[in-house]
Amino acid sequence: MVDVQGLVNELVSKLRRRKVEGSSATARLTAELLRSVISQSKLPTTNQPAALIDAVRDVGEKLIAANPIELAVGNIVRRVLHIIREEDHSNARDAVEGFRLSVGGDNDYIVEQDHLNLSAAAQSSLCRPSLHALLERSPDSETTYFTATSEDDSEEKSKSLDQNAKSLKFRRKVISAVNDLIEDINTCHLMIAELAVKHIHHNKVILTFGRSRTVKEFLCAAKEKKRSFGVFVAEGAPKYQGHLLAKELAARGLQTTVITDSAVFAMISRVNMVIVGVHAVMANGGVIGPVGLNMVALAARKHAVPFVVVTGTHKLCPLYPNNPGVPLNEMRSPSEVLSFEQFSDCMDYRIGTGAPQLLVVNPAFDYVPPELVSLFITDIGGYCPSYMYRLIADYYSSDDVVIQQKPAS
Amino acid sequence: MEARRASRTVSDPKVRHVGFFTPDPNPHPGRTPLASDAPVSNALSPVMIPPPRQPSDRTAAVPVPETGQRRQTGADQVPVGSYNPSESLLSSSPLPSSPSSRVGLVDGEFSEESGGWLRRSESEKYASSLPDTMVERAPENSASAAPRLESKKSVEVTGKGGKAVLEEQNEVQSSSKPLKEKTTKAERRALQEAQRAAKASGKEGNKSAAVSQGAASVKPVKQPSQKKDGPPVSVSVVSFDKKGGDRPPEKERKKDVPAPRMQFDDKSRVQKAKKHAVVKQTEARNRVELFRHLPQYEHGTQLPDLESKFFQLDPVHPAIYKVGLQYLAGDISGGNARCIAMLQAFKEAIEDYSTPQEKTLARDLTAKISSYVSFFIECRPLSISMGNAIRFLKTHKVIVRHAITKIRDGDVLLTYGSSCVVEMILLYAHEMGKQFRVVVVDSRPKLEGQALLRRLVAKGLSCAYSHINALSYIMHEVTKVFLGAASVLSNGTVYSRVGTASVAMVANAFHVPVLICCEAYKFHERVQLDSICSNELGDPDAIAKVPGRTDVNYLNNWANKENLQLLNLMYDATPADYISMIVTDYGMIPPTSVPVIVREYRRDHVFL
Repeated sequence: MVDVQGLVNELVSKLRRRKVEGSSATARLTAELLRSVISQSKLPTTNQPAALIDAVRDVGEKLIAANPIELAVGNIVRRVLHIIREEDHSNARDAVEGFRLSVGGDNDYIVEQDHLNLSAAAQSSLCRPSLHALLERSPDSETTYFTATSEDDSEEKSKSLDQNAKSLKFRRKVISAVNDLIEDINTCHLMIAELAVKHIHHNKVILTFGRSRTVKEFLCAAKEKKRSFGVFVAEGAPKYQGHLLAKELAARGLQTTVITDSAVFAMISRVNMVIVGVHAVMANGGVIGPVGLNMVALAARKHAVPFVVVTGTHKLCPLYPNNPGVPLNEMRSPSEVLSFEQFSDCMDYRIGTGAPQLLVVNPAFDYVPPELVSLFITDIGGYCPSYMYRLIADYYSSDDVVIQQKPAS
Repeated sequence: MEARRASRTVSDPKVRHVGFFTPDPNPHPGRTPLASDAPVSNALSPVMIPPPRQPSDRTAAVPVPETGQRRQTGADQVPVGSYNPSESLLSSSPLPSSPSSRVGLVDGEFSEESGGWLRRSESEKYASSLPDTMVERAPENSASAAPRLESKKSVEVTGKGGKAVLEEQNEVQSSSKPLKEKTTKAERRALQEAQRAAKASGKEGNKSAAVSQGAASVKPVKQPSQKKDGPPVSVSVVSFDKKGGDRPPEKERKKDVPAPRMQFDDKSRVQKAKKHAVVKQTEARNRVELFRHLPQYEHGTQLPDLESKFFQLDPVHPAIYKVGLQYLAGDISGGNARCIAMLQAFKEAIEDYSTPQEKTLARDLTAKISSYVSFFIECRPLSISMGNAIRFLKTHKVIVRHAITKIRDGDVLLTYGSSCVVEMILLYAHEMGKQFRVVVVDSRPKLEGQALLRRLVAKGLSCAYSHINALSYIMHEVTKVFLGAASVLSNGTVYSRVGTASVAMVANAFHVPVLICCEAYKFHERVQLDSICSNELGDPDAIAKVPGRTDVNYLNNWANKENLQLLNLMYDATPADYISMIVTDYGMIPPTSVPVIVREYRRDHVFL
């Protein structure tokens, strides 16, 4: 049907050439592509989940390598892998259930034991290992778990019809889960905006930085609820997206003032809350946001102003910022900062050692440590930075954290 | 030296050294050849009393009458006010603290009038170095005065490189003895001495007493011999000559105390002495004598001369010359108008200025400015406002000297926006051969950092440039932050270009020291906690338009949108806890010491 490989290549080239940028857009495209991969891939009759995982992993590696700074791509890949594993485990649970029932009453006790072990094993493999689960888990249960899968296989052999039905069901379940994921990505800002009225009351003054669609919807939702407040928008050089956001907010009836980034410290004493959108949220609760965000966060900390980050869960990354595989920053063209025409004569100078005399620095992102963030507002509620690791455990499997180019084995 | 000589040719000193030199042809030739140490400062009227910086300043008496007298002998007087402080700053001399010297001066006002200026400056120096009795000092003063008189002769007005002139002057004073012998001044000196010896026959004896008596006797002597201060000067010179033996040691002492400071001191003391002189002179003098100490007005005599030399003035910038002529012709009058004209002329001259090959910017530029000032003084005595304004030009040198001690090889220095003081520091440090890198941080809408960047790159510094948003990215490799200030308030808050507070905050977060470089006249007794209660708003359209980026056009017609405002702040207040140190012309102080400076030193300034 559809040429999956062609789709993959197309998205890879878009990412590499920065034709598509931004967390939401890339996340959505990645999820859709992976959905196609799952639906189109030919799966063996045995051990479907592993095959799916391999297929998705393969595609994911290419996508991540195309644009490493777009962490949302990796997030979605890991989410899909997690979905597959989840479905696999829930299948295993059902299989064990069925096995137990089919075995009969002779070995009720043993079977129950096995069942219990199986469920415990299944649960523990899905959930974060807690101390309790670790102590409960015995080597038996682990082997039982593996036997369960092999039993699953044997069951497939024995009950081919069942097996086919199961495999179809499996793929369908995975695809429906991926569809939910896409739906979440598309509507996250709506869910977040519903929480807006809880945080913004009358006569508040909000400061925001650059332009984030989530923030825009957040503020507009509060405005819809007839809260009147003022907004300072820092322009966010060198992209100057703050100008666009200010224009949109003013069109919606909000009292908006545009300030330069250098005036943030001067104005923040007058501000009640800082609300920003970010590029990605790391596992330790730190955020990667538009360049200049760290300055804003420091100023907010100095003046004891709450620094609130609104984010969809697709931006949540299971990696830590000191991970060497995570590029925290990306350099953009210096022409955005310094005009080539005016300074072309200076650009050619070399100092004695041959190093360039004039170096123009134009990073695209900024890392804000978790200490400076007061609150994360996500589509599933509000959380503090120290809770982020828990959400990550819900959405990702630890096996998938490292997606590397594996040699063909 | 050549420069000075050249400048001397620009305007014939004889012309302007009105009143002091006209009656005495002899001193003129003698004066001219020697390095023109003293610019027209001699011609400064006594009413120009530079604010004394320290109490010792007040002890420095009588600049005016002495200058007048000294004129004859060579007005190597340090220019009143304006040069002196810088000069003293340059030489970083200790404060002259010589009440005794002052006393001596007061006593010997008249003799000081003649050579008192020299003597006093000497005594100033001595005062700081060795607080002797006035008696001692008097002889020394006279001794030193004698050589100084000589040098004064040589100095003449409008020496080019006024600063150098000043230094030269000091040196001349200190080494006037040897100079005497070397130059033709010696001949003039001999002439003068002969005159003085004739007049000062009765003036030997106790120097302090002799001084006053000499002054008195000088006056009558003066009258017959010259219409202006020649005789008194000669008298003092004579007495000074007697102390020739003291001169060599005096030289060293002279070197200790900077002439400029003495200038100021001289001024106030001259003032006192003038009062005395007035009292004593009335009996013997007519009205003209009353203002003997002032440069007399020779209408029209210099103007054609100077005009003819307009096209020969190599050393003097045409703008400066033009303003000088306007002063002379009376086209510009009024304190403010003259001050403004002078500053504008300086502005032009500085804009056209480029450091010559072998010289350093700071020294050469200040030398040039000093020469211009002396030219102005020659044309018409400076007003106080002009003197103060000129002094402000010179304070930078001190700040630069302090600040470069903080720059080490291998440093990465960050600066924000464009501060002239910081630029001077960086360029000077680069000239001195220090190896360091500069990071220029810039912000919208003014983008002042680009101009600074261009100037630094042109001078060969290795620079990095970024927008203020990238601070967190680059701060980890920065070792020190140098910032300028528009003003420093009494609670230690630094009021400066918007964005400075952010720079200081991020530097603080990365544990990088922040140094504010700021002249002392920017300190203010106001206090302020945030940037909102007092600020300045700029043009909001400057925010809407981004030069060079046509794709950023969201805010076209922003005025039509009723809910949209644009805020263009110009300044912000940096809290004192982000600042490690403030470098001023008084030294390096912590931000908590600002009210001390405001209280102790600012009240001396009349223009506050």
